Amino acid sequence: MKKTKLQILTNGIIRENPVLVLVLGTCPTLAISTQAINGLGMGVSVLVVLTCSNIMISALKRIIPDTVRIPCYIVVIASFVTMVQLALKAYLPSLDKALGVYIPLIVVNCIILGRAEAFAGKNSVIDSALDGIGMGIGYTLTATVMACIRELLGSGTIFGHAVTAGTITPFTIMVMAPGGFFIFGCLIALVNKLTKGKVKEKQQNKCLGCPGAALCSHVQEGGAEE
Amino acid sequence: MAERHTDLIVASAPHVCAPANTASIMRDVLIALVPALAVSVYVFGIRSLVMAVCCIVFCVFFEWLVRKIMKRDNTIGDLSAAVTGLILAFNIPVRLPIWMAAVGCFIAIVVVKQLFGGLGQNFANPAIVGRIALFIGFAGPMASWTINSRMSQAILDVAEIDATTGATPLGMLAAGQTLPSNLEMFLGLISGSMGEISAAALLLGGIYLIVRKVISPAIPVSFLATVAVLSLVFGLDPIFQLCAGGVMLGAIFMATDYVTSPITTSGRIIFGIGCGLFTMLIRVYASYPEGVSFAILLMNILTPHIDRLTRHKAFKPAPEGGAAK
Repeated sequence: MKKTKLQILTNGIIRENPVLVLVLGTCPTLAISTQAINGLGMGVSVLVVLTCSNIMISALKRIIPDTVRIPCYIVVIASFVTMVQLALKAYLPSLDKALGVYIPLIVVNCIILGRAEAFAGKNSVIDSALDGIGMGIGYTLTATVMACIRELLGSGTIFGHAVTAGTITPFTIMVMAPGGFFIFGCLIALVNKLTKGKVKEKQQNKCLGCPGAALCSHVQEGGAEE
Repeated sequence: MAERHTDLIVASAPHVCAPANTASIMRDVLIALVPALAVSVYVFGIRSLVMAVCCIVFCVFFEWLVRKIMKRDNTIGDLSAAVTGLILAFNIPVRLPIWMAAVGCFIAIVVVKQLFGGLGQNFANPAIVGRIALFIGFAGPMASWTINSRMSQAILDVAEIDATTGATPLGMLAAGQTLPSNLEMFLGLISGSMGEISAAALLLGGIYLIVRKVISPAIPVSFLATVAVLSLVFGLDPIFQLCAGGVMLGAIFMATDYVTSPITTSGRIIFGIGCGLFTMLIRVYASYPEGVSFAILLMNILTPHIDRLTRHKAFKPAPEGGAAK
């Protein structure tokens, strides 16, 4: 089934959200989503790199030999990341400082390499651009929403503006790692609820992947019958 | 799922029938906690009782609410939420704002217990995780210790000028101050979390639980013995280390949680030794003065592995390639 241009664009926002449904690029998302401005900055950086690299890789897909495609993709992605990083350093030094190592790490971000491999290497330039924009928007929204929730609960501010700060003691664990995982889990649950029935059943062998399977009396092969 | 009759168990005679059920066990735990609550009310005042009631109400309410939202049958009658609430209340300072206690109850019941499937499915003790989340999230209020004239003179001596906040014995030990006497420590005339102060009252509850066969002595005894032995190894006073902080509360009431502790006796001993070891390592080497809750959480997480290692021979899978004929 051929997807329409609009479907390609909107695919990444909820239905195949790179972070919450494909569960790619989790590490930088959890690490930087402590302040809304960082989430937005990281999101836009990924959006730009993803769109540019998708376009470039799609355009070069007939030239790149199949056996060395991954190194080629990395070189393309790294070039765009360097541009974004230099631009941030020049115009938004404070954001660059806050995001730190996570900007150069976009080079090895699974979302970008994943879309290059799964989409841009097989589709036309325009489709790849739309896919990059859609996935980038999905990533930006996720990182920003997650960061807003964590900043509000953990520091009492949103985008640095005091909301509850000063009146309510902030629950600082929310801006630490455990809070990040907790909000991440809540958002995945929300997206699963929103896309109920539309996302393919991902786990075929429900019990076998569980670390407690050896101890569990209900374990059965091929997943639980419903 | 409906076709599988998991409740139909075929076994050879004799069949032992015991009247115990979850509610009766939990009722015994609540009774065992009463002496410690009484000491807490005596030392900290009526606010202690208010806090305990609030925590129980919040926990039972969250349990009821979550089960209702998730459309599962209601389980507040088994009293496990009430036990979690009371133990969580025992783990927090008496002056903690009530809404912060409610956050702790939410984490304990909703996040740790019900999201993982309710009683029997939680990977860690709900009250422990509730306490740790509060401890890390509200670091200031969770370390503001009330003092009053009922407490040991040594505690009053180190109190700040406004004479409303003091230090716990473990904090005083870390700061090198004069400590309360061991008798005061044992009776609980000290500052600390609401229910952890009186070793005597907690031991009384523990003996009740062991006599009623609600808990086996394996975990508390191995936990406390490890703490005592390691105190001697580190050159510390074992009586002080046993009575200070949450060791008694943790060893008797939190480490013995059925769901999150091993099922075999040898597994329980390993579990208790592990708890004692990590408690003392954190007390001696880490930046926090107290480590009981972290130690128990860590051993909770290791429990499935301990269970697998200590499984009875009859239940172990046949060795590879050598199945008996």
